[in-house]
This record gives sequence, C-alpha cells and structure tokens, in this order.
Amino acid sequence: MSKVSRRDFLKMGGTGAAATGAAIATGGLLGTTTAEAADSGRTTLPYPVNKVANANKLVVNKPVSFTYPDKASPCVLVRMGHAVPGGVGPKKDIVAYSTLCTHMGCPVSYDTKSRNFKCPCHFSVFDSEKTGQMVTGQATENLPRILLTYNTKSGDVRAIGIDGLIYGRQSNIL
Amino acid sequence: MSKFKDRIPLPPVGAQKTNMACHFCIVGCGYHAYKWPANLEGGRARNQNALGLDFRRQLGPLETILTPAMVNTIQENGQDYNIMIVPDKQCVVNKGLSSTRGGQMATVMYTPKGETRDRLKYPRLFTGDDWVDINWDRAMQLYASVTKRILDRDGSDQIMFNCFDHGGAGGGFENTWGTGKLMFSALKTKMVRIHNRPAYNSECHATRDMGIGELNNSYEDSELADTIMFIGANAYETQTNYFLAHALPNLQGATVDKKKQWFKGETVGKSRFIFIDPRRSLTIAIAEQSGGKENVLHLQINPGTDTALFNGLFTYVISKDWVDKDFISKHTSGFEKARQANKMSLQECSKITGVSTADLKKAADWAYKPKASGHRPRSAHLYEKGIIWGNDNYRIQSALVDLVLATHNVGRRGTGVCRLGGHQEGYARPPYPGPRPAPFIDREIMNGNGKMLTVWGCNAFQTTLNAQQYREELYRRANIVRDAMAKARTANIDDLADIVYDAVDKRGGLFLTVVDLYPTKFAVGGHLILPAAHPGEMNLTSMNGERRMRLSEKFMSPPGDAKPDCLIAAEIANTIKAMYKKEGNAEMAERFSGFEWKTEEDAFNDGFRKPEGIDSQGGGTGGLVTYKRLRKMGNNGVQLPVKEYKNGKLIGTEMNYTDNKFDTKDGKAHFLTAPWTGLPAPVESQRKKYKFFINNGRTNHIWQTAYHDQRINFRTERYPMAPIEINPKDARKLGIESGDVVEVYNDYGSTFAMAYLEPDMKPSHTFMMFGYFNGNVGDLVTDWTDRNVIPYYKGTWANIRKVGSMEDYKKTVSFKRRRYV
Repeated sequence: MSKVSRRDFLKMGGTGAAATGAAIATGGLLGTTTAEAADSGRTTLPYPVNKVANANKLVVNKPVSFTYPDKASPCVLVRMGHAVPGGVGPKKDIVAYSTLCTHMGCPVSYDTKSRNFKCPCHFSVFDSEKTGQMVTGQATENLPRILLTYNTKSGDVRAIGIDGLIYGRQSNIL
Repeated sequence: MSKFKDRIPLPPVGAQKTNMACHFCIVGCGYHAYKWPANLEGGRARNQNALGLDFRRQLGPLETILTPAMVNTIQENGQDYNIMIVPDKQCVVNKGLSSTRGGQMATVMYTPKGETRDRLKYPRLFTGDDWVDINWDRAMQLYASVTKRILDRDGSDQIMFNCFDHGGAGGGFENTWGTGKLMFSALKTKMVRIHNRPAYNSECHATRDMGIGELNNSYEDSELADTIMFIGANAYETQTNYFLAHALPNLQGATVDKKKQWFKGETVGKSRFIFIDPRRSLTIAIAEQSGGKENVLHLQINPGTDTALFNGLFTYVISKDWVDKDFISKHTSGFEKARQANKMSLQECSKITGVSTADLKKAADWAYKPKASGHRPRSAHLYEKGIIWGNDNYRIQSALVDLVLATHNVGRRGTGVCRLGGHQEGYARPPYPGPRPAPFIDREIMNGNGKMLTVWGCNAFQTTLNAQQYREELYRRANIVRDAMAKARTANIDDLADIVYDAVDKRGGLFLTVVDLYPTKFAVGGHLILPAAHPGEMNLTSMNGERRMRLSEKFMSPPGDAKPDCLIAAEIANTIKAMYKKEGNAEMAERFSGFEWKTEEDAFNDGFRKPEGIDSQGGGTGGLVTYKRLRKMGNNGVQLPVKEYKNGKLIGTEMNYTDNKFDTKDGKAHFLTAPWTGLPAPVESQRKKYKFFINNGRTNHIWQTAYHDQRINFRTERYPMAPIEINPKDARKLGIESGDVVEVYNDYGSTFAMAYLEPDMKPSHTFMMFGYFNGNVGDLVTDWTDRNVIPYYKGTWANIRKVGSMEDYKKTVSFKRRRYV
C-alpha cells in the first residue's frame, strides 16, 4: 500500500511548493492553477492517489468510510455485488461518493435497504447505483463521485479524483 | 474548466451585486446575482471574495449554498463575465435556502456555449421550407400588416392569443401590462386564452365570488397554524422553500415559542398536517418521517370526490356546533342555503370518498374542534392544482370555502384559505373585454375560427386538454399558410401579407406567431418567431404566494436582439399605429397610442403605477411603488397591497380580511351552494371504459413546460421522458418494468411515458408528470370543463400497454422510490 499525501503528490507533480506558494501570495486563486497548469501542462486539479480499500476484503452492501482528497472530506465506498455505472473492481461493482450533500453540506447517510444516500436536512436522496443521481431533493448536483482505480494484482482500490464539487469548497483541493 | 466541474470562480470583493427573486415557482426565493469580469476572480480568504467566506477550509453544513449550477460565464461586448446567483440568507421568504429549480438560475442564463445556447436571438421567419433570421423591422412590418388586414376586414375576434398572465419568468407586472394593453386596449380582442388553460378565466372564480382573494395570508401563518390542511398540493416538490422554511418547522415544533408569544392564553403546540390527495405524495412521506406519523393524517380520497369530502366535514362541524355563529351572522350571507344544499352525512361522505368515518372525525377534531383553552383552532386551508384542476373547479372551491367560512378560518393569523400557487403572480391589465364564461379559445381554433394566433410565452401543446386533437388541427391550419408562403419567395412584405391573408381568409389557414425564449415545438410549427427576454436580462417585478412584490434587477443583456415582452408589445402597437397614421385614420392610430416606452420601467409606470380603471394585483395603491423604492426594499420587498410609504419604506399587508371586510359589494363573505354531483359524464365514460386513473402533476426537478430544463443535462438525465408511477402489481400483470416505455391511451388520444414502479400507488392509480416535452399527459385529458372553462386535467382514465424496453433508461436513470426511502 502506498498512500500519497497531497504534499508528496505536489512534489511528484513537479510544480514545486515554491511556485504554488508564490501564486497564493498574489491572492488570486486562478493564479495558482494557471501557474501550475503552465508548469505541469495539466488541466485537472492535482488530486492525490490514495488507497482506500482492498476489493478482496469488501463485504457487499457494507459501506466503508474514508476521507478524500483530505481529512476534511468524508466519503463512503460501497461494493454493490453487481455491476453499476462507474463501478470498478473485478465485478465493476465498487463505487464511492462524497457524503456531504451537495445542497447544503449536511452529512448524507447510506441506507443499506434502498442503497440510497439520504440527507436529513432537506430530504435530498442520491442513488448510489446510478452514479449518485439525485432521486428527489433540492440539490442541483448529483453526489460527487470519487473516481477509483482497481489494481488487478493486489486488489487495491485507489481514489484518483472526483467528479463533481465537494460541498463547501471553491475547489476540491483546498 | 475541467469536465469534472470540481471548482468554481469566486466573485471578488466589490463585484456587482443585484437582487433577484427566483423566477420559477410561486415562492419567489430571494437570491443575489454577482457579476464580475472573468479575469478578476476573488481569492479564497474571507477578505478576498464578495461572499465573505473563508474557502481555505472546509465550510460547515448549512454555512452556504454554492454549487457549479450557480455559476456561469457569459459574454457581453466581447468580454467574458462570470456570474453567480446564490440564495439570500436575509430574505424572509427562503431564509437562505435554494431549491433544485432556483439553484440553477445561473445555468439557464444565456451564453454561447452554455446549456441554453439555442435561445432565440433574432426574429425568425418561416419561408415555406426553412427558418431564416430577419430583423425586427421586417418582422414587425409583416406581423402588423397581417394584423391590420384582419382587424380592418374581419374585426378583432379573428385575432387570437395564447398568452401568459403571470409573474416570474416570462411575466411580471411590466409584461402582463404591455401584452394586456396591446390585446385589450389596442386590438380590443377578447379571443385570448391563458398559458395553462383554454380560456381567459380565473382559476379561483369561486373564492373570489365569495369575497375572498386566493392569496390572503403570509407564509408566516404556516408557522403559526394549529393545523394545516394541504389540499391537492405537493408542497415539498412545488412550493419547496415555503414548505421547508415555514410549514415543516411548525410540524416539528420549532415555532411553539413564537405561537406562545403571538397567542397568549391560547393552547399551542406543534402543528398537525392533514393531506387530501388520492396519492401518497413525497410531501406526505417527508411530513410523516420528519414530524411523526401521529401528527400527519392522509385522507386518501377517491379521485374527484373533494366536494363530497368538504360537504361531509361541513355538515359534521355544524352538527358538532364547532362553527363560528357570531362571525357567520355578522360577516357572511348565504349560510343556511349552503347548509341545506351541501348536506351530507359522514357515512355517505365516507362511502363516496373512500375515507373511513374515523379518519373524517379525526380530521374534523384536528382542524375545527375547540382547543383545550376554549379557543377556536387556527387552521390554514392551502390548496393547489389537485382541486384547481379537479372535478369541477368552481364547485370544489365553493364547498371548501363554505367550510372555511363556517369555521372562521380566514382573516385570523395562523389561518387562511389560499392557493399555494404554481408560478409567481404579476397581473396588471386593462379589464378583459369578454364575457364570463370566456370563449373556449382552443375549441374555436379547432373549429376553424380565428385567422391569426399569437402564442406569447407559453406552450399549449404541453399545457392544454385534448391536446393531441388540438395539435393536429393547429398543424393542419398552419400548414395551409406555410404552403402559401412557400410559393411567395420573392414577395415584398405587402404582397406576403396579402398571400397570408388569402390563406387564412379563403383556405382555412391560421397565421401563427410565437414569442418565446426558445424555438418551442409550438413555435417551429408556425410562421414567425419573436425572441423574448427573461429575468436577469430585464428589470421585472412580480409578487409571490404571500403577495410579496420584489424587483428582480437586470444584470446582463438578452441574447442577440431579444427584448422584454412589454417592449415587443409596444413595438407591435407602434408599428400598427404608424400604418393607421399613414393612411390618415386618426381614430385607429389613437387606439394604438400610449406605447411610447423606452424601457420596461416605462411600462411599469404606465400600468401598475396607474391603477385606476385597470385590474391590478397591486390594488389602488400601486402608485406608491417605484423601482427606486422597491430596489431599496431588496429581496424582502413589500406585501401587496401597499398601505403607505413611510420613513423611506414601503409598508405592506401581511394578511387580508383581518377586519372581516370582504371583497364583495356588501363587504360580507358569501357562502355558495355546492351539492355533490359525481363525475362529469365525459370523464365518467372514460372511467368506465379504461382501467387506470391517470393522475398527473409535477416533480421537483422540472419547472413548467421544461422550457429550460429540457436543455439541462442534470434534468434530462433524471427524466429523459415523462415518468408514470404505476403500482408494481399492476405493472407486472402488463409485463412492465421500470424504464420501459409505455403507451397510455383512451378515447381522446395516446401518449408515451417512462414506467416508474412505485408501491405507494394504489392499484389502478397512476401518476404521470404533467406538461413535459417528451410524453404529454394532456393528450389524454377529456374536453370537459367546468362552468368557467377550467379543465379537469387531473381526472382522466386510460389503458396502458408496454411499447418496449429502453436499455439506456434502465442503465442511466434512477428508479429508486421517490418517497424519501
């Protein structure tokens, strides 16, 4: 298992802490990403690559909590037992989502019966088996989906990015 | 930006900030629109962005609402600007909440590469086989030339309109005035229908006849009520933030302290909700789960039996002596007559409605039995399309308001008999020049009457009854004109107008012009399209369901040459006026005068601010309201009617009829008789012939005809086709699974829908999404209307058969239950 911290990832990315720091000092967020993009050529945020589970150890429909891309962002991974859109693993059945409701950030809970994520504040419901689609509710976005990769040799499942904006952030990378 | 939508631009300190009342549902939540040059983004530190939030850390729950849908990048004068439209925490309506509809306001604003990029930018003309852009001058010359020919030769009855009469998007006091003045004062036509129904009528004639306007309380009264009766209303999905910010806290007991302060010496506690609905809706599921089943009563009536229900309760409360005799004798008339006409025993009521007598008694206990302190309970009766579009609008509303008057649940805080509403309001027009009942315009069109039809900011294809036959006839008549135009390629405007006139006069054609934001299905079936503007692109005033008027400020230009509706109306009037002037007809030129407006504020000042002799929801004090004063009142605005302007503030009215003076000549509220008469014959014949009750209505994802939503991926991924909820046992018998496409058909027509199995649906009951662009329930609705030409959209029966399996729907659409499970 090789967890990559954000700091390490930034180093690996070759942008260098100094360049990032300098951009922040100018006060413009766009400056940060622009400088980074200019240096690295990348058009995406510098997401860490974190091992979040091992497919061989996952129990079907038993949610596993983790944080990603940093400790302030709670997420849940579930193995569905059957292939679902966006699923990874040998059965294409492993998915993960941010558990902050995209409406106002209340923690959504995974309901093992319906396999939905439910928000207790304003009753938004998201379907874990359909890429986090909002079933009903007041959000304007589906639940952010944690992009995963699966290592066929080790069975490791790694988080590599996020599709959607985590609630309460200007950018998924703080 | 990354396709993952994982970051958003922040407004810098000092970014332009304007007020915006959400232009979708009637609640009209307050929002702020920020706009700033795209190269000047704010920083993450609290003092670096206009939101004053520290984005260097994870924000906590409820601290903000800020999503990718709330930002967009628009272009103006060759420069990119970012816009952000976020809810206003200080607004008393929504208290910082946004709904799934309002939260996407920034997304729907026009930008060349945005989701709404196919907005109409220029007038467009159908040349016979293709659409081409033309300029306003040419469009106006053609429109005015055809109009003048018909007006001069055939009279105003041949000039017909389908026109919005509301506030919010594509409405507002400016635009209802501009269009109303054109139709009623200048053209003097009575041949007009309203956006969602086939005649120029009120959805609330009965309550108005009884002396009670349909919007008579404040949202705050739902925080104060002992009991709220939701009648044919699914408030969580259709008046969302009214429900979440005002009603639900009362059910949960969060407003008990407030009640204690307001009503000293009175027994108060948390509220109880009674739902009257043939369907267990999402609102009921949420109320039960968040307020406790013991505080929620669902009267699951048989379809169309509301009148019987109210008559049963009315008779019962009289027998229990729970009526307010003093109020009845001093402030009402007609009680005795209604008592006799509406008389119905609980047993009979139970038999007709299918509700047990125990539940009927429980409802009466909750809503009308005196409280422990001896005080009369404060019961709000809040209704919407379930009865407005129910079995005899006028009759149901009469029966309901009879019950409300007898128990004095109007004019006291915590009460009210109000519609919850669909869209916002914003009505200011010269008096309608036609009779009541008003002409059934759709039927006139289908019968070959009317030589020209102008469709203004609405789409009857998706919002009328007997819609399939209506479409068929409309296309047939429009095609006659198309064929004629195709043969007139090099004609100048005068010749083209002659050719069009010949086609409508001699060959049964219909000249069709559509004013809209988009090339709707209706629009592309016609001949001329005029591009309109919507809130954010013009200054626009509306009022919400508690009569709260706000100014939504313009913060960007409309796309291309699109214009506010009021200024389009003015341009039409001015063009026709010039034609009459040129031929020396001073009298007719005078009829088309008074449209010298440069801005929408000019239209506002000409209409809303001069209320004498017009019908205005601002009442007689509209003159006190100016844009400047309203702008200063911000997103809290003022509740109409305005009482006075004092110390720099507009002072409004929170509740009507607190003085027991009603809107009748004698000032008394009038009971109306409303005996139960069963289902109308054409509806009953469908019920006997077909298996499924095709109930229909809204879902919270989709607004109105989906004119924006059908362009937004988030919406169409959820509902690529109108869903129809079916009981799983019924579905299995027909071999239907969720995600299958089904055909729904009866004597009136057939349509298609996406099957959505739902165990809460009673056997043989279904619920189809109304007004959608892909699958249209209006095709099945009978041509029966009530005495004022209000349709019974909710009451039709049909059969269902499986068309086929849609694998992509099954893969991409969630069919999880829509009941918060």
